[in-house]
Amino acid sequence: MYVAVKGGERAIRNAHQRLAERRRGDPATAELELNQIREQLGLAVDRVMSEGSLYAPELAALALKQARGDSVEAAFLLRVYRNTLPRFGYSEPLETARMAVERRISGAFKDLPGGQLLGATADYTHRLLDFSLAEARALDSQLVAPADEAPKGGTSDGGTSNGGPDGSAGPAAPTAASSETAAGAAVPRALDLLGDETLIETPPDADDGPVPDITREPPLFPAGRAQRLQTLARGDEGFLVGLAYSSQRGYGNTHPFVGELRQGRVSVEFTPEELGFAVEIGEVELSEMETINQFQGDAEQPPRFTRGYGLAFGRAERKALAMALLDRALRAEELGEEKSSPAQDEEFVLEHADNILSTGFLEHLKLPHHVDFQSERELLRALRKAWDERRRQAREAAE
Amino acid sequence: MSVLAQADAAELNRLWEALGERVAHRPLRRPEVGLVQLRGRIGGSGAPFNLGEAPVTRCSLIVEGERIGHAYVLGRAPAHAETAALLDGLLQDPARRPRLLEAVIEPLRAARRARAEARRRDAESTRVDFFTLVRGEAST
Repeated sequence: MYVAVKGGERAIRNAHQRLAERRRGDPATAELELNQIREQLGLAVDRVMSEGSLYAPELAALALKQARGDSVEAAFLLRVYRNTLPRFGYSEPLETARMAVERRISGAFKDLPGGQLLGATADYTHRLLDFSLAEARALDSQLVAPADEAPKGGTSDGGTSNGGPDGSAGPAAPTAASSETAAGAAVPRALDLLGDETLIETPPDADDGPVPDITREPPLFPAGRAQRLQTLARGDEGFLVGLAYSSQRGYGNTHPFVGELRQGRVSVEFTPEELGFAVEIGEVELSEMETINQFQGDAEQPPRFTRGYGLAFGRAERKALAMALLDRALRAEELGEEKSSPAQDEEFVLEHADNILSTGFLEHLKLPHHVDFQSERELLRALRKAWDERRRQAREAAE
Repeated sequence: MSVLAQADAAELNRLWEALGERVAHRPLRRPEVGLVQLRGRIGGSGAPFNLGEAPVTRCSLIVEGERIGHAYVLGRAPAHAETAALLDGLLQDPARRPRLLEAVIEPLRAARRARAEARRRDAESTRVDFFTLVRGEAST
């Protein structure tokens, strides 16, 4: 039972004032502007959009500023904002095959059609603190010298399946494959290489039924794969990474290769009811991860690779990778694997992935529970009294 | 509509203001922010699933008393949606269309292409070829 409390208005008002002061910090320091957060703390913005389940970079930057950098609180603010808005409808499915890729790598294939683009990655940095960033400097001195901006093929081993020479034609005449990329034409999927040989399962086809939406109907278990992916896409990155890691360490059965990671921009198409045809309304940055996992086969199907899928707002490749591992781990039952670990238990994973739900239930413990506690204290007093009485009777009986 | 929606809001505003036109219009639906649930596909090409939402601003205007201009713009962008709806209405006027295409739509399209091309070139500079070194094997 919850009993409301009253009072404390003045203290709460003053606490809000102290909170505003803390948020501002030392007034001698310049105030953060939203575009600084959006441009220079972009991965924090992406994480808030992802966990807030709302693609809105400006609003996520505002939420981060308001929440003093607390990403869980910031995601909470986005969810609350989202609850104030009407729903216009559903987009056409985002065509990640037509993504304008800015990063695309494969851990499984050395040569893949369209080639590999490292993009802006920290994967190959030494993770040493760069003290030169500690002070603001002129822009040009912050950027790495653009000396080998356009490789002339000198580092290439001449891989013939790369779809074109590495920029050797120069920017004025881009290679056929890459100019198509800029125009939003399809970049072939790495996993299709295996599909052609039927060495890998194909993704499930659309049926004509409605696409389940967990924001409208909470999932009942067993959940479908669409509900699982929607829940994972908004799940807490830390929770997902921890569970995915557990599945790698043996608590589950993933053993994945990164078939393909791609990042870049995808156009959003929407069909307004008053028009009746789809129009582009903007574009979103996405991270998409496809993993290749170990084999399955039975009397009907020859052995073949299975796959896991991750898709996340922004440049969230760690999240997308964890999501792909969990998507695969959660298919244990479908693929006839023994379900023995937390990462394979969909009720466990899906019910605890959302950090707004979990932090809400956790943190409500800080609110006044005086009456509940008082009732428990009185119960304990009664128990103690009975215990003392029994002891006394036992002692008397012994004497 | 797509070009107007995909435009940079400041760029769109600058091009429209530069035309110096004054057009009578009244709202059919004032700029309104709502949500669109974005969908992905399982495995990139399979059955659809709901990925997460995005704010979208829509606006409909009656332009010069007869034509209805619509706009749907990703994000919380009332001013952008209003200008886009106005231009959508004006573009339906055959007399104005050629000039608007030339002065507004084409420059916006070109600017978007240039942005995409610059990003593509930046990405292209990170194209990589990994070698496989064979170890512990006598070469023939």
